[in-house]
Amino acid sequence: MGSMVYLKNVATLGIDTSKCTGCGMCLDVCPHNVFKMNGKAVMIVDRDACMECGACSKNCPAGALQVQSGVGCAAAVINGMLGRNGGECCCGPQTDGTDSVKSGGACCS
Amino acid sequence: MEENKKSIDGGDKFVFPVIQEQPSCGCGGNAAPANASAIPGLDQSFIMGSIATPAGPLPRVSSQLTRKDHWGTIKTRLGAGRMNYAIDPGLYALGDPADQSPVLVTANYKLSFDYLRRELAGINAWILVLDTRGINVWCAAGKGTFGTKELIDRIETSGLKNVVSHRKIILPQLGAPGVAAHLIKQFTGFKVHYGPVRSEDLPAYLDAGLKATKEMRIVTFPLKERVVLIPIELIATAKPFILISIALIILAGLLGRSGFQTGVFNNGLFAVSALFLAILGGTVLIPLLLPYLFGRAFSVKGLFVGLVIAVGLIYLRGMDLQIWPGKMEALSWLLMIPAISAYLAMNFTGASTYTSLSGVKKEMRFALPLEIGGVILGLVTWITSLIIAWEL
Ligand code: SF4
Ligand code: SF4
Repeated sequence: MGSMVYLKNVATLGIDTSKCTGCGMCLDVCPHNVFKMNGKAVMIVDRDACMECGACSKNCPAGALQVQSGVGCAAAVINGMLGRNGGECCCGPQTDGTDSVKSGGACCS
Repeated sequence: MEENKKSIDGGDKFVFPVIQEQPSCGCGGNAAPANASAIPGLDQSFIMGSIATPAGPLPRVSSQLTRKDHWGTIKTRLGAGRMNYAIDPGLYALGDPADQSPVLVTANYKLSFDYLRRELAGINAWILVLDTRGINVWCAAGKGTFGTKELIDRIETSGLKNVVSHRKIILPQLGAPGVAAHLIKQFTGFKVHYGPVRSEDLPAYLDAGLKATKEMRIVTFPLKERVVLIPIELIATAKPFILISIALIILAGLLGRSGFQTGVFNNGLFAVSALFLAILGGTVLIPLLLPYLFGRAFSVKGLFVGLVIAVGLIYLRGMDLQIWPGKMEALSWLLMIPAISAYLAMNFTGASTYTSLSGVKKEMRFALPLEIGGVILGLVTWITSLIIAWEL
């Protein structure tokens, strides 16, 4: 199911290859296999797979990565528009086996 | 040093110590830990005695979950008392760890903690629990409560430095959006190793010397994980469903051509079933069929599910499309059902594991006005169809 892709050409991910030291941290933290090592620096190979979680930019010691991170959750955006909960949302993958309790449309209720 | 720090922070990005805390989250957070002191309480229900360490006696837990743990999990999943399912932050001993044993970091959400120790059967380890206000790792990382500052503080206050002789800590990969590994190293001397996405891969990851395979690093969204979300999605719609149903029934009764009761039976109950099916489309079919549905935007997927449902209903009801009331009634459901399904499908973005905020915003810009418009227009058309039926 690695093939699930959301909208094209929207991710705000950017890389400054000249700053990249090739440490490989972003390869480790990215949950969607967006990067690939290309010689001494990484390159973005699958930008459309990026879910803007911000793990890569946060963990890049060289500050080579930029992304406007946030949670892709419509309920949170609506709540934000209505001024509720500051647009917060507990939404996320179920992969630690626990999240189903407060995800999805019900997450902010 | 100052110079150096600036550059590794990447200038304008994260500059320690920024605390990205969101104290007012409406989603089950804010559970204050019962115990704010450095050592987690030994009187918590899941503790099995204690272990003597240079940092004092620390609570010991087993990888075997008790009946009470399971009961707590069930209650939490049913939504009862889930707001308070936080455990004390701090350092715990799993089994019989020594100063060389691995250190695993998790959130102080009891289910996260239970799930982690269950997967570590037969392994002796230290578990460092961060204060995430009772929220799981992924959510807390997004908010920053599973974050750099909290981890640095917790390493200091828990006495971890005296308890273990090595300087490695293992974080769940999904905690990475909240934690800057290089800053942890800089401020505490501990090197952060990001473990696999799924706790079940932890034993293999530890065996391989803290090496994760590519598969372990990738977040998926398989059927199993989508299915467990269905009850919550469904329950979330229960209240609006009941309220709207009552309104529809009353409307149908009042606008009934031959009295209130026949109005309710002829049109009201059908309207309620249509609404129910629209909700099922958005909350059950969408999670089930997600990868197979047409479209990338969730609302587009929902739109098509809704259209299929609407066409099916119109056929089953045998609406007379030769006359105006029949035409308008059909049109009203063709507008309302897809709009409702699309809206609910769009809300499922929050539960999915691959939607970006930019994408969701883009989707909402075109979908939300259409959804609202569809429902309003559909409702007006439906009411009109009932009224013009009087003329016949
Ligand atoms: S984390 Fe930053 S410096 Fe390291 S490989 Fe990725 S982009 Fe390059
Ligand atoms: S923001 Fe998240 S999903 Fe996107 S490239 Fe960075 S780590 Fe990967």
